[in-house]
Amino acid sequence: MKLITAILKPFKLEDVKIALQGAGITGMTVSEASGFGRQGGHTEVYRGAEYTVDLVPKVRLEVLVDDKDADSVVDVIVKAASTGSIGDGKVWTTPVDQVIRVRTGERGVDAI
Amino acid sequence: MEEVVINSGDTAWMLISTGLVVLMIPGLALFYGGMVRVKSVLNMMMMSFGALAIVFVLWIAFGFSMVFGDSVGGKGLIGDIGQFTFLNGLDNSSALIGTIPAAVFIAFQGIFAAITVALISGSIADRAKFGAWMVFAGIWATLVYFPVAHWVFAFDNFVAKTGGWIANDLGALDFAGGTAVHINAGAAGLALALILGKRVGFGKVPMRPHSLPLVMLGAALLWFGWFGFNAGSAIASNGTAGLALLNTIGATTAAVLSWLLVEKIRDGHATSLGAASGVVAGLVAITPACAAVNASGALIIGAVAGALCALSVGLKFKLGYDDSLDVVAVHLVGGIVGTIMIGFVGVDVGLFNGGGSEQLVKQVIGAGAVLAYSFIATLIIGKIVDLTIGFRITHDQEIAGIDLAIHAERAYELSDNGQGSVLGFSKGA
Repeated sequence: MKLITAILKPFKLEDVKIALQGAGITGMTVSEASGFGRQGGHTEVYRGAEYTVDLVPKVRLEVLVDDKDADSVVDVIVKAASTGSIGDGKVWTTPVDQVIRVRTGERGVDAI
Repeated sequence: MEEVVINSGDTAWMLISTGLVVLMIPGLALFYGGMVRVKSVLNMMMMSFGALAIVFVLWIAFGFSMVFGDSVGGKGLIGDIGQFTFLNGLDNSSALIGTIPAAVFIAFQGIFAAITVALISGSIADRAKFGAWMVFAGIWATLVYFPVAHWVFAFDNFVAKTGGWIANDLGALDFAGGTAVHINAGAAGLALALILGKRVGFGKVPMRPHSLPLVMLGAALLWFGWFGFNAGSAIASNGTAGLALLNTIGATTAAVLSWLLVEKIRDGHATSLGAASGVVAGLVAITPACAAVNASGALIIGAVAGALCALSVGLKFKLGYDDSLDVVAVHLVGGIVGTIMIGFVGVDVGLFNGGGSEQLVKQVIGAGAVLAYSFIATLIIGKIVDLTIGFRITHDQEIAGIDLAIHAERAYELSDNGQGSVLGFSKGA
């Protein structure tokens, strides 16, 4: 099994979610995140004091998938998340040892 | 003194005005509270509420007497503390001051004392022990505000036969407290910022306001309350009150425009914090002048104050003092602008408005005397408090946040996670 983690522009979350649902994904976890990459930050001014704010608001989306589905789900996310401009985010996968559904105790792919 | 009778119109307006000036305390608490970081909101607001509590109690005990009692020795420096101790003879439903009940006049003027003390707290955000602040507030009100208010607000033959030197002997004009309230608090704020020293990380770590909507709400409440402060200072429901109210809007709107213009040119952006600050700068500057100028004069005073105050906010970084929320740039500078400019644009007395330089000289002397006395006395009081009970919280407490360290509270609980568990309950009496 694989954990797919995607860092997205917040306004693209809805598009990605719909695309994933269309691809048969039935569950995901979304959290607010902030970070920086090549996009850089912005400047804020308070009573003449200037601050550089380099952390930009993003959302982090996490999906658990079976190994065989990983590449296609990643493609779905990348396609839906892309605007072509800087700051579109990143997607990565990591191997997962075990998954358990808390309610039923099911393990492995059955728990996804 | 000629015989006076109660006037119900005056009384009604002064009852309302007193309520309005009380509203300035939570207004100031929100204005200041929004400007600090999340970890020190409650302490910032508590300093305003605490100042009101301690100062008004002292006001009843002896403050009113020190301000409005007969001038000791006729020198105009301080009122007789024994004359109206615990409002002796005035705290009943029949005593009058002017055309209104003495009780209303006493309550109205007492809130002025509390607000002046609360204003100072902006210069020492995030780092003052609450107990030390309360001790300082009581001592400062007694040794600085009460005498200075006597100088400025105690007119001969109003409450007592003899009053203060600025009001009667010098004849400087200060309708609602440009000197006694704003220059006084501003100079004290500077002195106290010097005594306490800079916040940990001042000028290095970001200290941006945690909630600008709170700042805007606070500025709005201050503006609303200020109608009581300025128009109420007529102590009557009359044309003077009306003129003061008009000018309190005119100067303030002009100050918003000029503050934002300075920001746009200097920083590239007109900010909401700038607008809120412009509101307060305009209100401060028109306070002494609101009954002495016409509408054009008010616009000029507001515009000058907004620009000069906006240009002054950067001084603390250049000169290296941590006046955290710009009490100096807004109240000291704004108070000086309003007080001095009466000498230029005051109707019939101003240099540019039918008068000579005589009034201007009086205004400068009045402003300078209050500034010097307040600054020096505050340095001494602040140093004594610091050397005896200690004024600052520890370095680690400041890093962790004063709200948790001193008040055992947090301003915001935005999540059900991390609620902790119940340890116990205070025992009942």
